[in-house]
Amino acid sequence: MNKPYVRWIAYAVLAAVLIAFPSAAGRYWTDVAVFFGIYVILGLSLNLIVGEVGLFNMGHAAFFAVGAYTTAILSTQYGIPLVWLFPVSAATAALFAYVVTRPIIHLRGDYLLIVTIGLNEIVRIALINNPGGLTGGPNGLLVLDRITAFGWSARTPADFYYITWGLIALIVFALIRLQNSRIGRAWNYVREDEVAASAMGIDVRWAKSLAFTLGAGLAGAAGTLYAAKIRIISPDSFTFSESVILFCIVVLGGLGSIPGVIVAAGALMVLPELFRDFLEYRMLVFGAAMIVMMIFRPQGLWPSRRWVRELMEEPAAGPGGGPQGPGTGVSAPAAGGAEK
Amino acid sequence: MEIFTEQLINGLTLGSIYALIALGYTMVYGIMRLINFAHGELFMLGAYVGFTMLVSSFASGQTSGLLVLAAVLLGAMAVVAATGLTVERIAYRPLRHSHRLTAVVSALGASIFLQNAAMLIWGKRYQAYPSAFVPTGRFEMLGVHVTAMQLVILATALVLMLALYFFVQRTMIGMAIRATAIDHDTARLMGIDINQIIRLVFVIGPALGAAAGIMIGLYYRQIHYTMGWSYGLKAFTAAIMGGIGNIPGAMVGGLLLGVLEILGAGYLSSAWKDAFVFIILIGLLILRPHGLLGERVAEKV
Repeated sequence: MNKPYVRWIAYAVLAAVLIAFPSAAGRYWTDVAVFFGIYVILGLSLNLIVGEVGLFNMGHAAFFAVGAYTTAILSTQYGIPLVWLFPVSAATAALFAYVVTRPIIHLRGDYLLIVTIGLNEIVRIALINNPGGLTGGPNGLLVLDRITAFGWSARTPADFYYITWGLIALIVFALIRLQNSRIGRAWNYVREDEVAASAMGIDVRWAKSLAFTLGAGLAGAAGTLYAAKIRIISPDSFTFSESVILFCIVVLGGLGSIPGVIVAAGALMVLPELFRDFLEYRMLVFGAAMIVMMIFRPQGLWPSRRWVRELMEEPAAGPGGGPQGPGTGVSAPAAGGAEK
Repeated sequence: MEIFTEQLINGLTLGSIYALIALGYTMVYGIMRLINFAHGELFMLGAYVGFTMLVSSFASGQTSGLLVLAAVLLGAMAVVAATGLTVERIAYRPLRHSHRLTAVVSALGASIFLQNAAMLIWGKRYQAYPSAFVPTGRFEMLGVHVTAMQLVILATALVLMLALYFFVQRTMIGMAIRATAIDHDTARLMGIDINQIIRLVFVIGPALGAAAGIMIGLYYRQIHYTMGWSYGLKAFTAAIMGGIGNIPGAMVGGLLLGVLEILGAGYLSSAWKDAFVFIILIGLLILRPHGLLGERVAEKV
């Protein structure tokens, strides 16, 4: 992959395969690819928070829910076209994340984890309880509008497929730019060592808050896509177990790795479809596979290069690398080495 | 006032069950800095193993008696402790020195595995606990109604928690557990076998969880294979509230959570009670980031 033209040929082949996919595969698999794509966007958005900054967010479905419900409410009650709702939902979810995470952003590791789980539960219970008659209670809301732009509207699975994967291409491009920017490097620095990062002049609170805001915004946009595709949204789609799956996508793929997220989302979304015949047993196997995977490939399916370097260095920091003092909570990932 | 006191007793009953589960989370966390996500499932497994034992002893002619109940309690605690040890051996030990998040995902995997295993063994429907074994009777003390079941639960939980407290505070093994929680390497230098301590914690925690599972079964009369998630989450919240890693903290946190939940459901809104619990948790963590009894220790200085 060192020669530039090899890389461009690979990209061209990939693009050709992606474009040709709906006509080669049937409607069913195109649909699977759409939901796979939505999970890719969600995984990428959570990767900003968990992978890049090392913030343990296990309540990401809350932001997804805010995006989806914003879309459904504005579309059905005010008739705003779905295309406009992509930025609106993204902004709403981002604002929501900014406001709710502001007071808790300083919490460390596992404390942040339980609080984000709590946020997820609060949002879900609020949706069930139908505040102000807005969310439709446990039954949820129906989205009747279609994505329409320049006289064309999305009807078939293939239409949604192209919208989803077109968006993913844009997002991946933007995220790669972000990873290599000042912000991306500041995020990684915060993840590795907060104290050192702030000593070097990085505003740690700002960096964390930005990650939450951007990640939630992206999840909010995914919410619009999801609402437009599935047409009926209910609180059941935004449970804690949904957040757990997203969290697992990020870790299984390899923290901070964009291709890793895509591969892991594929493994989690597409493989269960292949094993539909073993419906009863597939989650059992899935749980066991997660354990096996972590034991034999802890760095993830497609680890990012920065992380590989770090994992290689860690054992040199000293034996054990185990827990430190009492009640230390946790620090950023890989703190075991850094603390010594 | 009577209603308030009765609600308080309901809350303490539920809270003592939460506290028993929370102890499992907090002990594992104290020793390994790992959120044992499978712990909720071990609690659920305890409820189901107890259910099977009660049903089979009912079928073999035993109809009542606290003695049978006590035997079933101990039996289920033993079975679940063995399961806990197995989970530790397979899912956690190989990852002891790896990245924190890999252990978290492995724990989630173990949780999903156990939950679905229970579903395949006992079915998807709710199972009703045999009512023959539920102690009946109501007492009236100073105008307040208390059921016999509540007294049994409170007494059992109190005995188990006191036993644990004295075990950890007053025995040599307890001292070894506390030393390991503070510093693995130094504890090892002092001749403590860290592996033994971890195994011990994975016996005590799941055993307490199993006891809590049977109590929930007897108290609410029905169990479901997904209940590990919800009770586990509550108990973990309780452990965090008390200050995770801190054993008295888990007890206090559990009782407090149970009381707050019941009072919140009774006086504010039952539909919002779970949200209420988490709002209190968030408020508490904003004011005291390390929980009620958690120590404040600077990180990475």
